[in-house]
Amino acid sequence: MTRITDILSTMDYGPAPEDSSIVRDWLQRHEAGFGHFIDGAFTAAADTFAVTEPATGQQIARVSQGSAEDVDAAVKAARRAQGPWAALPGHDRARHLYALARHVQQHARFLAVLETIDNGKPIRESRDIDIPLVARHFYHHAGWAELIADEFPGQRPHGVCGQVIPWNFPLLMLAWKVAPALAAGNTVVLKPAEYTPLTALAFAEIAREAGLPKGVLNIVTGDGATGAALTGHPGVDKVAFTGSTEVGRLIRRQTAGSGKALTLELGGKSPFIVFADADLDAAVEGVVDSIWFNQGEVCCAGSRILVAESVAARFTDLLKRRMAKLTVGDPLDKNTDLGAIVHPVQLARIRALVEQGRAEGARIHQGTAPEGCFYPPTLATGVEPASTLASEEIFGPVATLTAFRTPADAVALANNSRYGLAASVWSENISLATDIAAKVKAGVVWINSANLFDAGAGFGGYRESGFGREGGREGMAACLTLPTPVAQTPEETPPAPDASPAESLPPAAVDRTAKLYIGGKQARPDSGYSCAVAGGLAPLGNRKDIRNAVEAARAATGWGGQTGHNRAQVLYYLAENLSARAAEFEGRLRSFGQSATAAKAEVGTAIRRIFWYAAQADKFDGAVHSTKSAHVTLAMNEPVGVMGIACPNAFPLLGFVSLVLPAIAMGNRVVAVPSQIHPLAATDLYQVIDTSDLPGGVINIVTGARDALAKVLAEHDDVDGLWYFGTAAGGRMVEEASVGNLKQTWCEDGAARNWAGAEGQGRTFLTRATQVKNIWIPYGE
Amino acid sequence: MTAETSGPDAGAGGVQPPHPAGNARRNPGIALDTAMFAGQAVNRPAAERRAASLVARRGVKKEFQAAWLINAIRCIDLTTLAGDDTAARVARLCAKARQPLAPHIAEGLGAGAMRLTTGAVCVYPTMVPHAVKALAGSGIPVASVATGFPAGLMPLHLRLEEIHWAVAEGASEIDIVITREHVLNANWQALYDEVAAMRAACGAAHLKAILATGELQTLRNVYAASMVAMQAGADFIKTSTGKEGVNATLPVSLVMTRALRDYLDATGHRIGFKPAGGMKSAKDALNWQILMKEEMGRDWLAPDLFRIGASSMLGDIERQLEHHVTGRYAASSRHAIA
Repeated sequence: MTRITDILSTMDYGPAPEDSSIVRDWLQRHEAGFGHFIDGAFTAAADTFAVTEPATGQQIARVSQGSAEDVDAAVKAARRAQGPWAALPGHDRARHLYALARHVQQHARFLAVLETIDNGKPIRESRDIDIPLVARHFYHHAGWAELIADEFPGQRPHGVCGQVIPWNFPLLMLAWKVAPALAAGNTVVLKPAEYTPLTALAFAEIAREAGLPKGVLNIVTGDGATGAALTGHPGVDKVAFTGSTEVGRLIRRQTAGSGKALTLELGGKSPFIVFADADLDAAVEGVVDSIWFNQGEVCCAGSRILVAESVAARFTDLLKRRMAKLTVGDPLDKNTDLGAIVHPVQLARIRALVEQGRAEGARIHQGTAPEGCFYPPTLATGVEPASTLASEEIFGPVATLTAFRTPADAVALANNSRYGLAASVWSENISLATDIAAKVKAGVVWINSANLFDAGAGFGGYRESGFGREGGREGMAACLTLPTPVAQTPEETPPAPDASPAESLPPAAVDRTAKLYIGGKQARPDSGYSCAVAGGLAPLGNRKDIRNAVEAARAATGWGGQTGHNRAQVLYYLAENLSARAAEFEGRLRSFGQSATAAKAEVGTAIRRIFWYAAQADKFDGAVHSTKSAHVTLAMNEPVGVMGIACPNAFPLLGFVSLVLPAIAMGNRVVAVPSQIHPLAATDLYQVIDTSDLPGGVINIVTGARDALAKVLAEHDDVDGLWYFGTAAGGRMVEEASVGNLKQTWCEDGAARNWAGAEGQGRTFLTRATQVKNIWIPYGE
Repeated sequence: MTAETSGPDAGAGGVQPPHPAGNARRNPGIALDTAMFAGQAVNRPAAERRAASLVARRGVKKEFQAAWLINAIRCIDLTTLAGDDTAARVARLCAKARQPLAPHIAEGLGAGAMRLTTGAVCVYPTMVPHAVKALAGSGIPVASVATGFPAGLMPLHLRLEEIHWAVAEGASEIDIVITREHVLNANWQALYDEVAAMRAACGAAHLKAILATGELQTLRNVYAASMVAMQAGADFIKTSTGKEGVNATLPVSLVMTRALRDYLDATGHRIGFKPAGGMKSAKDALNWQILMKEEMGRDWLAPDLFRIGASSMLGDIERQLEHHVTGRYAASSRHAIA
């Protein structure tokens, strides 16, 4: 026992190993390999591949490579189970979810140890963060199952959900996907990541133990091919994917035109902004909790540290000192801060990117890491926005540090990214912090904190970080749908515009020339051509007109920042001016062949509808989520940004108004392509717009071949969202073409919705016109 | 009131006699420099998060835990500060300080030969003579609270006189209390002058400045008061008297250690830290040591730079250590009480 006196001189921590024998025994019992969990039972293991423990490189299990047949069997089982599952009273589904929550808690240590063995993350994190959040997620959604009829009246589940999840938080991502889907009455086929399938399989056993009806949850293991078979399966109604932006693009393309609902939670390169008046020590710990959490394998990790130049030296010094104290090693040791990198492939990627950064001139500061699949905590300084390290998602414990001068500079650097998942803002000045939180393009903003999660708050990104939210009311909404209108007769492809002189046009007292409307000014089309349309000639817009219109819309930055009240005033004024010219618009509609009654009804409805959205402009607001004590978690509705809107051919005035008004009421700027065959009802509107104090650039109108113009909008990297109401082929084209910047799209048959009735307006339009930003503000002095 | 001080080192002289507890280079203090703490941001939720995760991220098991608990004993200021203290009560406490572990436990741990004692014994001034007598030959320093403990609301000259008296009676460490009003009113000069005068009055005795953090309330106040006390020449900063509504907490201790670090960075002087009040368990002993090691490093795990003000903690440590030796859970009735 002389040992104790030795320790008294070093005062080392010593080893603190977590006993993993129970889980090792379980793995031993499954030595023959795991099958899939389909229809409440495990299939025989077949075509197995090895699962390794990242910390040791040893094989710990073999799992089955899911074939197209396996996926098909799982989808069919889910389909059979879905009707009865959805038909259960919400209370009964709540009981099942409650049971899952309880069983997760009762198996908490088993799951934590298994997760750590399989993924390499420190046991402290799986034990204290992952698994408690899993249980919390099932509890929270047991609640939603109970309340669904009251809280989401009229909504119904999508049906069968196909879900593909990543390897960084294997069981937590399962919970994020499965809990809301099941609560809503969907059934699920889930494919865990090939590196980390084991907790999903253990969860399947737990679901069986807890008495979840067979077929409600199905787990199919395998690699990307299995995932593609699942997301491409025609029997899947909703696809949810969390993972890389690259694979997200493939799925967007694969599901285009299929009618499947889609949510994507993709990559990030999140800014971590430290102002001079911040608690620098707190911010240093924030970095530890961001990029040195889970080995930096965190999509929302604050990987780009932006620090005020005046405190950059001190902050860097503190950060380096803190980094030196981090321990890297055995994930099952309770004193380990960073565990193993999930797989040698990922380790190689991290190494390659850091070496590239070094070659580009970044200064690399590192802690230490043992031999094997480990990577030391790393800080790269001297990183400019042009550096690879500043733009590429590394998915490793590598932070970059860049100095900024002013708040405006910080925002510019923060938003200088393709991504928009999360941001962390450090300042003791509440005015500054909230100002930055509002300006940063991110779905989640943590003020004076980092990586806070709760089932009660929404999580999800802007830009190429994906779309859709998980958690909170907004996450629940993504698992539900309203009955979608179906066209009796689908919209037909309109005849191509003919730019040669027409045989005859209706007589006019004085000849009128319709123009494009861009940036608050009438503009001649770049092409120099016009084409004959009902009632006269319309300019033939082309891709350059779209470019100009998007630039004008992008420049109209003030509109989204105005108060809802101000926007409402403009909208009311628009209605007033349209009302004053109602007879003229009725005449225009009659010239398209409408009856006097129909024309009067369409104009009247358009005016009412403008009033409705004016009314909503200051009322469709956010929420304060109930998450952790002494935290305010704000869910703010923000405009999507610059939106393209391709209008249906029918209802040339009302279709335009029904789509453009909700968008601008919420603060978006719009590039609208009106009805291809009847564009003059829309171009007539710009004179009304001109007299209504609407700032230039908020509404831009480009007439011409709708699908060609919509394609330019879909491909435009500076367009944030695109609504397309037209043909099925056009909708598919828009979804496929939107992958460049993964813009949000909403595609529907132009003839499906009755624009004259209740379907033509409502909160659906406002929800689509906004994205939710969750801002976390811990408080206390 | 402030005119009677000429600087933190007044009366202390340039050369210090060696102190029983070590830390040979005493903090001479520096001129009051409000820039070192003015506007210093301290975010409480973040401090609470760090404090919570800090002790969850680190643990010591088996023989390491035993060693860390023995180390905690070395750092304990074994304390009695009760109205009914008597010579006999103090003698009993001192006996425990001399032999904090039952011999079979110390020997079972292989620590029988190391002459384990507590870091000091801490008593009221009038108990100092009793403690000095009881500890004669042990090398264990006697610490005395002074300056109108616990509220400190006595005229300054009386408080200084109390220090002189306790030092004259043989106290080699003085735990002073600061005037909370000076902090709450941001009267930093008054606070500085007061502590500097007390430091001067201490002479060779080391000064531990009790900030009474439970009454300062905000962590910004805690940071500022820590910094002023160090600038005025405190050898230790200490959280609490044990008599406030809230005593030593990890978030408060975290902020104070950050002040220690910042003062060290700025001046090169190493200041000690003493959490006190409400620390009763062996788990507390481990948690605060983890805090010191993580935030300050190994040097702050020795009695010259770290003390724990506690009374009942030692009993819990002894029970845990007996369990380590015997494998059986222990009963306090089988251990000598303090």
